[in-house]
Amino acid sequence: MSFYIISLIKIAIVFAVFMTTLAYLQWVERKVLAHIQSRTGPLRVGPHGLMQPLADVFKLLTKEDLLPPYVNRFFYLLAPFIAVSLALISISIIPFGPEVTVFGYHTFMQISDVNVGILFILAIGAVSVYGVALAGWSSNNKYSLLGGLRSSAQMISYELPFTLVIVSPLLLANQLSFRGITDSQAGYYLGFIPRWNIFQMPFPQIFAFIIFMIAGFAETNRVPFDLPEAENELVAGFHTEYSSMKFACFFMSEYANMVTITCVATLLFLGGWHPLFPAPYSNWVATAVFVLAALMCFYHAAQPARKWDRITFPIFGIAFLVLAALFAIPLFQPVLVPAFWFLAKVGCLLFTYIWVRGTLPRFRYDQLMKFAWTFLFPCALINLLLTAFCVAIF
Amino acid sequence: MDTVLFIIFAVVAIVCGFNLIFQKHPISSALSLIGVMSSLAVLYLLLGAEFIAMAQMIVYGGAVMVLFIFVIMLLNAGTEKASSKSWFAQFAGLPLLCLFVAVLAFLIRAALPALPDVRFGRWFGGTAENIGKMLFTQYLLPFEVISILILIAILGAVVLARKEID
Repeated sequence: MSFYIISLIKIAIVFAVFMTTLAYLQWVERKVLAHIQSRTGPLRVGPHGLMQPLADVFKLLTKEDLLPPYVNRFFYLLAPFIAVSLALISISIIPFGPEVTVFGYHTFMQISDVNVGILFILAIGAVSVYGVALAGWSSNNKYSLLGGLRSSAQMISYELPFTLVIVSPLLLANQLSFRGITDSQAGYYLGFIPRWNIFQMPFPQIFAFIIFMIAGFAETNRVPFDLPEAENELVAGFHTEYSSMKFACFFMSEYANMVTITCVATLLFLGGWHPLFPAPYSNWVATAVFVLAALMCFYHAAQPARKWDRITFPIFGIAFLVLAALFAIPLFQPVLVPAFWFLAKVGCLLFTYIWVRGTLPRFRYDQLMKFAWTFLFPCALINLLLTAFCVAIF
Repeated sequence: MDTVLFIIFAVVAIVCGFNLIFQKHPISSALSLIGVMSSLAVLYLLLGAEFIAMAQMIVYGGAVMVLFIFVIMLLNAGTEKASSKSWFAQFAGLPLLCLFVAVLAFLIRAALPALPDVRFGRWFGGTAENIGKMLFTQYLLPFEVISILILIAILGAVVLARKEID
């Protein structure tokens, strides 16, 4: 019985955190992109635009839900549902931390530990093409159809290098469960180099990590591989005919896929929740980061650039100080510190996603396909062969 | 719990199977086929073959069916037109089909040795490790033969699709 209660609590926590992350990721993306382009980004709704996601959600919910008369109704309504539900499922097998004891009850910081975890992610990824493909086809619109076709072709092509580079960390860890793979990356070489898979002997997976990230950009249809929704050629690609909440479903699934891919990258290559350096010091990094953030806030409050900064920044500062205090309490550390390291790595990778979007131009379609088949695929294959060879020899 | 899940997904598989035949539009049929594949994956999972279940989803539910849908979308295949049936097919079709299935089931049962009863969740031989070991020891020859067969198919596809370079 307690298993069901604990599972429900875990699902509630993960769901709440995940949905909030999805909403605020979009705020972060707009802010980061704006600052890359020397703008300020959302600023009107709430202090520093922090209420913008809420406003966006209300806007999307209350907009008129158009149903064009020429669409294939059943598939048109089914497609966003497929896209968003498959995108949200994957988070259920991602572990955020090690085994923890809460009120004397041992549990994993994960909704469920599947012993074919990676294959599950790949299976979900393989099926999630249908959302986009069906949306494009059922809209009965040539731009949508082209977007859907491009997207499916792109996802099939990039699935090859994606799957091949996943195999090499599996060879090092010798199992398929995320928990097992992460546990195999614990410890340090020479006392300070972490045994993450990108540093793991006998064959460091740094190339595999780079290929994984590139293929991940393509799998999630992000810049520079966002050909399925290239505005200058295809209006808005596969979701041209969608409005209101159905459009939001595609939007949400894109961000959810992004979060999943970065979580998988963290678990496979960056050691999951294992910190960058050994234990006694790494426990205090979170506290130090939050204290630094608080000091920054207080500094900006002392020199306000806008009228309200004198009030909002001290509040943020105090919030950061409270967080720092939470992370410093030894009772909470076994739960919070691994989660902090995991989320910090995922956050860095997500920032890279946004950074790339602000930096790189879009590929041409033939370049995209050529890149996948003639460069990425052979690289992944060579990496896999070398890894297998090294694992077999040493 | 296992039995309930089995009944649900067996019914889904059968309904999708019939839907596959009765639907007029190729995309609807292809989607029904995806439904069949996915429910079969759940049934494999219930039997304890988790690796096979995931492979079923990745290969059949994902790769193969995406190509089907891709081709249907690319060719823009329209709704199927019903041809006028002969009176023989109309009246004798269904009984003959049932007879054929019955004979087939009888032959398979007679040809194969008696198998132990299938139970849910009691079998632990379906992990990736077990399957890998079996593939590289007991079933090594069939495995290699299939690999060569697939290689030949790939070469054939490349030869057929290659542009003639003067």
